[in-house]
Amino acid sequence: MEFFLVQTLNGISYGLLLFMLSSGLTLVFSLMGVLNFAHASFYMLGAYFAYQISAKIGFWPALVLAPVLVGTVGMLVERWGLRSVHKFGHVAELLFTFGLAYLIDEAVHLVWGRSAVEYRVPAELDGPLFQIMGSQYPIYRGFMMLISVAMLVSIWLALTRTRIGLVIQAALTHPHTVEALGHNVPRVFMLVFGGGAALAGLAGVIGGNAFVTEPGMAAAVGPIIFVIVVVGGMGSLAGAFIASLLIGCLQTFAVSLDWSLGGISIASAAPVLPYLLMVLMLILRPRGLLGTRDG
Amino acid sequence: MKRLVRAAAFGAALATLAFGLQAQPKPAAKGASGDTIKIAYIDPLSGTFANVGEQGLAEFRFAVSRINAAGGVLGGRKLEVIGFDNKTSPQESLNQLKRVIDQGIQYITQGNGSAVAGALIEAINRHNERNPGKEILYLNYAAVDPAYTNEKCSFWHFRFDANSDMKMESLTSWMAGRKEIKKVYLLNQDYSFGHAVKKAAREYLAKKRPDIQIVGDDLHPLGKVTDFAPYVAKIKAAGADTVITGNWGNDMSLLVKAGRDAGLNVDWYTYYAGGLGTPTAMGEAAAGKVKIVAEYHSNVANNKAAKWDADYRKQAPKGNPDFYYLRGKIMWDMLAKAMNQAKSADPKAVAIALEGMKHEGEMGEVEMRKSDHQLIQPLYIMTIVKSAAKGGPKDAKIDMEGSGLAPITEARMEAFTSAQPTSCVMKRP
Repeated sequence: MEFFLVQTLNGISYGLLLFMLSSGLTLVFSLMGVLNFAHASFYMLGAYFAYQISAKIGFWPALVLAPVLVGTVGMLVERWGLRSVHKFGHVAELLFTFGLAYLIDEAVHLVWGRSAVEYRVPAELDGPLFQIMGSQYPIYRGFMMLISVAMLVSIWLALTRTRIGLVIQAALTHPHTVEALGHNVPRVFMLVFGGGAALAGLAGVIGGNAFVTEPGMAAAVGPIIFVIVVVGGMGSLAGAFIASLLIGCLQTFAVSLDWSLGGISIASAAPVLPYLLMVLMLILRPRGLLGTRDG
Repeated sequence: MKRLVRAAAFGAALATLAFGLQAQPKPAAKGASGDTIKIAYIDPLSGTFANVGEQGLAEFRFAVSRINAAGGVLGGRKLEVIGFDNKTSPQESLNQLKRVIDQGIQYITQGNGSAVAGALIEAINRHNERNPGKEILYLNYAAVDPAYTNEKCSFWHFRFDANSDMKMESLTSWMAGRKEIKKVYLLNQDYSFGHAVKKAAREYLAKKRPDIQIVGDDLHPLGKVTDFAPYVAKIKAAGADTVITGNWGNDMSLLVKAGRDAGLNVDWYTYYAGGLGTPTAMGEAAAGKVKIVAEYHSNVANNKAAKWDADYRKQAPKGNPDFYYLRGKIMWDMLAKAMNQAKSADPKAVAIALEGMKHEGEMGEVEMRKSDHQLIQPLYIMTIVKSAAKGGPKDAKIDMEGSGLAPITEARMEAFTSAQPTSCVMKRP
């Protein structure tokens, strides 16, 4: 029972980190129709920026500044790159972000080298949060969950309860009308893309010191966030939330099981399961869990 | 929208591929200097294990620059190490090997990943058979799957690291005397090396300490796990007091880090906890809990490599100061010696000179065993403790990566104790 509880917590906290990562991707997709391949690279940038800032002025300023910086980079990319590519359609956009991912990767190599950097959990968040019958639960994991949930709530509020949120939603379906009403639609798109990048950056600030900040970190999460977006339903924030928790728990519990199927143990197959889920989802329900757009 | 959904699915598949492709390191212009003997370093210089690959390259360039400064080999010829990025992938290694062959380079060295080593050995055997006079010699400094000096041994392959069985023999010999060890958990990477560690651990423990219970045995995919917390919870639930793992690179750091976060109280018996980034990731909670088996550490008694170690540190890449591969220095010294003895840089002549070569290594005499091309060498069991500066024992002088942790010797295993019989039937050309 205790084991089950610990694993559930592990699954949920990992799932929530995955949500932080994929929320920006799914938002940008749902609001702009752009599938951002460089999303995981923004995650990595967030971690490196946070490392650099926290080395100078501490973790707490980094928690705010790093996502803002990543968001600025995202906005610049949209303004000077993506906007010109937009008129050539989705494939051109996809290829653009694809190339951007390499560019960011190489830039990170050039600036910070190829080794892991020492980006640490701050002392005040380092240590056990509580004990469950002898098992410690780290404070930082709790912090991770808190940020993630706060993020979900604030995105949802911003999109449905604020003026800018309504403009954003309207700009997607009726860009000409919105423009005619005097709103600057390209600027709205720039803000959305920057916002998506900032969310990835925030995930990087949190994930970078929870795990390891190194140039391979974008590649490590790149594929899985696409899986989440597909499983959750393209463009559905709530879907991404459910899919993240599902995949987090799926991987965690697969590890805990000592069953085996035809010589392959479930535990060693754990990392493959999300992809299996994605393939099944595409076959059985192509629009994903909560996707509104039928394929 | 249908197109977009498809694009997304395609995207997910592509992402795995995409991040694998990285810029190639620039090869030196062909035939830039006829006198220079080039050695291709085929190891990860991008991706998850890039940090590990970079460290080897830096240390080898240092070792080679020292040999060159002392006059080079064969009366003045220089050695040069050139990096080729294999991304830890066997397939990519074969592509790189082709480039190496195209550039007329006849020596390669590789260490990270036994799957890579296996692919290289096979390809080199084939190439050498078909291209007499253009043979390639393979110097293996870290791929430790025992098969390559047993059933899959090759005349063209020389291993300078103790193989996995030799390390496990030393580790378990020492564990045999530790009565507090009762329940052991095995956690390894799911590929040939991880399997070798797991098999040897079970076999040797059953022989030396039949009373020890193996309470868990897991394999996880190589370099793909971000979150080790579920594994740690499992180890805890199994009630283990000791974990044996052959993990390396981020797989090692993340595992110990997750253990530390969850307050897992076990002793870690490892091969590679001294590897790059791991001491930093573990932090001081690891003090006294982590054991390593290896051929060298900086705080070893009567350290004949002390000056070398210190000199390396002075010019080491920023953020990565530790000297790790003593076996690398031994490898380069033996290669230079073999070339001088053979009076030639021809790989076949050099291979014959290397076979059976005895060498006065910094930690004692080593021998490149003729029967299987395995370097027989003394090994150390060490414990990571708080460094002297942080209130640890006073022989824990030199700390690792500035982490406040330092290794101290628990036991020295003489060369003959770890040597294993070999099933190799060497086919000589």
